[in-house]
Amino acid sequence: MSRIGVFVCGCGENIARTVDVEAVASRVAEIPGVACAMSYKYMCSDPGQGMIREKIKSERLDGVVIASCSPHMHLKTFRKAAQAAGLNSYLVEVANIREQCSWVHSDRTAATSKAVELIRMSVAKVRNDKALQSTRVPITSRALVIGGGVAGIQAALDIADSGHEVVLVERAPSIGGKMAGLSETFPTLDCSQCILTPRMVEVGQHPRIKLYSYSEVEAVEGFIGNFKIKIRQKARYVDMSKCTGCGDCWTSCPLKKNPSEFDYAMGNRTAIYIPFPQAIPARPVIDKEQCNRLKKGKGCGICEKKCKQGAINYNDEDKFVEESVGAIVVATGFGLYDISKVQDKAGQSGYGEYGYGKYQDVIDSLQFERLVSASGPTGGVLKRPSDGEIPKNVVFISCVGSRDNAKGVPYCSKICCMYTAKHTMLYKHKVHDGQAHVFYMDIRSGGKGYDEFVRRAIEEDGAKYYRGRVSKITLEKNGKLVVRGADTLAGMPVTIEADLVVLATAMRPASGVEQLAQKLHVGYDQYGFLLESHPKLRPVETNVAGVFIAGAAHSPKDIPESVAQASAAASKVQIILSSDYVTREPEVANIAEQICAACYACANACPYNAIERAEVRTPRGVFVKNTARVNPVLCMGCGTCVSICPSKSADLQGTSDQQIYAMLESLL
Amino acid sequence: MKVGYYPGCALHGSSNDYEQSLVACLGALDVKLKEVDGWICCGATAAHSLNSKLSMALPARNLAMAEKEGFRELFAPCPLCSMQLLKVREAVKDEAVRQELSEVVEAEIRGDAQVINLIQLFLNVGLDRLKAAVKQPLDSVTAACYYGCLLLRPPKIAKFDDCEQPTSMETLLAAVGAKTVDWSYKTECCGAGMTMASEDTVLNLAYKILDNAREHGATSLVVACPMCHINLDMKQAAVERRYGKQFNMTVYYLSDLVGLALGLSREQLGIDRHFVTEPMMGNH
Repeated sequence: MSRIGVFVCGCGENIARTVDVEAVASRVAEIPGVACAMSYKYMCSDPGQGMIREKIKSERLDGVVIASCSPHMHLKTFRKAAQAAGLNSYLVEVANIREQCSWVHSDRTAATSKAVELIRMSVAKVRNDKALQSTRVPITSRALVIGGGVAGIQAALDIADSGHEVVLVERAPSIGGKMAGLSETFPTLDCSQCILTPRMVEVGQHPRIKLYSYSEVEAVEGFIGNFKIKIRQKARYVDMSKCTGCGDCWTSCPLKKNPSEFDYAMGNRTAIYIPFPQAIPARPVIDKEQCNRLKKGKGCGICEKKCKQGAINYNDEDKFVEESVGAIVVATGFGLYDISKVQDKAGQSGYGEYGYGKYQDVIDSLQFERLVSASGPTGGVLKRPSDGEIPKNVVFISCVGSRDNAKGVPYCSKICCMYTAKHTMLYKHKVHDGQAHVFYMDIRSGGKGYDEFVRRAIEEDGAKYYRGRVSKITLEKNGKLVVRGADTLAGMPVTIEADLVVLATAMRPASGVEQLAQKLHVGYDQYGFLLESHPKLRPVETNVAGVFIAGAAHSPKDIPESVAQASAAASKVQIILSSDYVTREPEVANIAEQICAACYACANACPYNAIERAEVRTPRGVFVKNTARVNPVLCMGCGTCVSICPSKSADLQGTSDQQIYAMLESLL
Repeated sequence: MKVGYYPGCALHGSSNDYEQSLVACLGALDVKLKEVDGWICCGATAAHSLNSKLSMALPARNLAMAEKEGFRELFAPCPLCSMQLLKVREAVKDEAVRQELSEVVEAEIRGDAQVINLIQLFLNVGLDRLKAAVKQPLDSVTAACYYGCLLLRPPKIAKFDDCEQPTSMETLLAAVGAKTVDWSYKTECCGAGMTMASEDTVLNLAYKILDNAREHGATSLVVACPMCHINLDMKQAAVERRYGKQFNMTVYYLSDLVGLALGLSREQLGIDRHFVTEPMMGNH
């Protein structure tokens, strides 16, 4: 016969008002197996917990039921109290008689009876509880950061500065991301490169940061504290150990007309190139699609001849390296919605009416950034792409693709209102006699100093704002772009003859993020943005323990938000890396391997990839059968495998089928 | 090839030159048009501004009549007619709507006949066949293809070409050897029925279209809509008077140009019945 203690809490008046807690205590004392039952005003208080501890010892209790608020509130509190008194904490159950009884009922007699029944079920459950031990796993005290934009840089530096090694993987030839290409930043108009490049140099020189540029994460195995990462180092055709970054190769390359990725095709680069002068690492790569030598296998070879270090290697190939890490930050950033015709997602159809890709002087916002950047292809002089003229009328169109259920994405890209206001200012500061026009749906400028900034663009720099959409842009013979739209506040159609049109296109996650998320088993939404574990309370955690997210890979974000989130992710990583072990709750699934039919329905259903295919062998190593096996470190105890298992071999420790049946039976 | 033909009011009335052109041109391609028995008005703009159910029932009846005759394809040369038919065809995918409309029009609507416009009909004939049938390449034609508003819109109903930057007419004309220009007003509004209510509006819109086509080097316009033809051809003299600019721009139906390439005469195609008849091509 078990010896179970039942402790009924009055929760001040919260429970006691509707439930007669004293009557409950005396009635549940009659349930077989219950050794003692009592009520108290505040069971979670120090005296309340003291009462539990004292009774566990004096009554030699082997199970405890607390009838109180939701287990989400205080299960941990009561488990700790039990443990302090020498009782295994998994032999403590909570019967929720507040949220599920007193708060939702008014009939005192009926509510009191229901409380008794709820406790009766918990007693049945605790009688079938087993003492469980939490799992402890050693930790590899290093982190992986995927993506070397401002979020990845911030996360890497924070983790490295706290004393842990960081592996930073960036798929482009240089770190810096989108921010390295921006001209000036809102709301202070400080130069983007001036504030970012020192951080990039820090990354490059940090003794605890191992940078893999021009590399991608190929495969991920393992679990929190013990990830194994396979990294593909793409062939650079330049030996990084020999190259000094002198520039003899790219200044002598004869192929100078390749559209520069960094300038979003607003400028050109050579076939062997560094993306921009401040690149980290400041080592070139050869574009194998463009280089004549690599395409034909012979000829040219000028860069090889020019290189005094002998660093050019035309026979370079992709290399694979493995790294072990204990935690991962995903900071893969964003790309832009494709406003031209060809779309990669169903339901998106581009904006043929704006003629992007057809009219040279219709550009997107990142292209505009390059045209006004001091380090841009025009040296900071705003020249329009078609003929190099300085545009006297520029039309900015916001929400191109954003907030558009018909053709684009339904969400707000959040940063466009601000950078469009910034664009109008930068334009006015460069072209004093020019006029900026903005078509907008709403101005969303929440943030420190943000609305003031937009007001400045309108009031001091004279940007004309029209609340309405543009229906069509046509190109006239004189080279003018005729922009026709509506001013819904004035109730008038507006026609503007523009020299340049800038489209504030919607933000989307960077390409390839879905494949990466699949490798990591991290959830993502229908647009490819990575999913956080809880939108409010766990904003940088993912559904996978030890994997965190930062920056625009999660949702459209500006620089301050990305940096803040990166630091948050870094601190979560530090929590893991600063301990020697990671502790995992033992309330996880377990598979009875002798009866498992090895159909692996559970392995396919498991959202955490916690079930592996394994073999049952005798102690001498003779093969007996195949089986599914739960990795208790990865399992989150959701129970999906239990419900899907056709042979009933999967069970959840702490909430077994047997316990559920016992609870139901106790009610009959 | 036999195709169900829904002429609508225009092709039997004010735009019977369009019908003449179609019959001649398609006949030369061995496409026989069989008029749908008992067709009625498509509802045009009048019906849907008065009564939504009426605007569905009128084209529904026409669709049912065509399906009763077993046509797999129903050709409606007027874009407004074809849009109305397509609208109903889309709506009857909902079984409840289909049953209700069938009851209203006292005929079973299945919604399985394909509704096609003139461009689609030519594309169904095939670019290769068209190329092979050319007897008189249109070297001297430099046309601006004008699609107007309804041929491609609303895109969810029309489901044809790119409604902002269409290219299908250009592809067709290239096949019969005509040059086309890239211009800006391919899908702008011509003013349509406003020609009766507000002539000023139509003259202004037609002027912009004619002027932009001319600016981009076109010597003629090509349309696939009776209403567009009226506003650009019949009203052209009024436009010229109002804006003091001579265009003398022949406005062809698409079937006119294809017909000319197939060796038909201007008279056979009814081009001589247009208002602007100044031949822009020396040898025709």
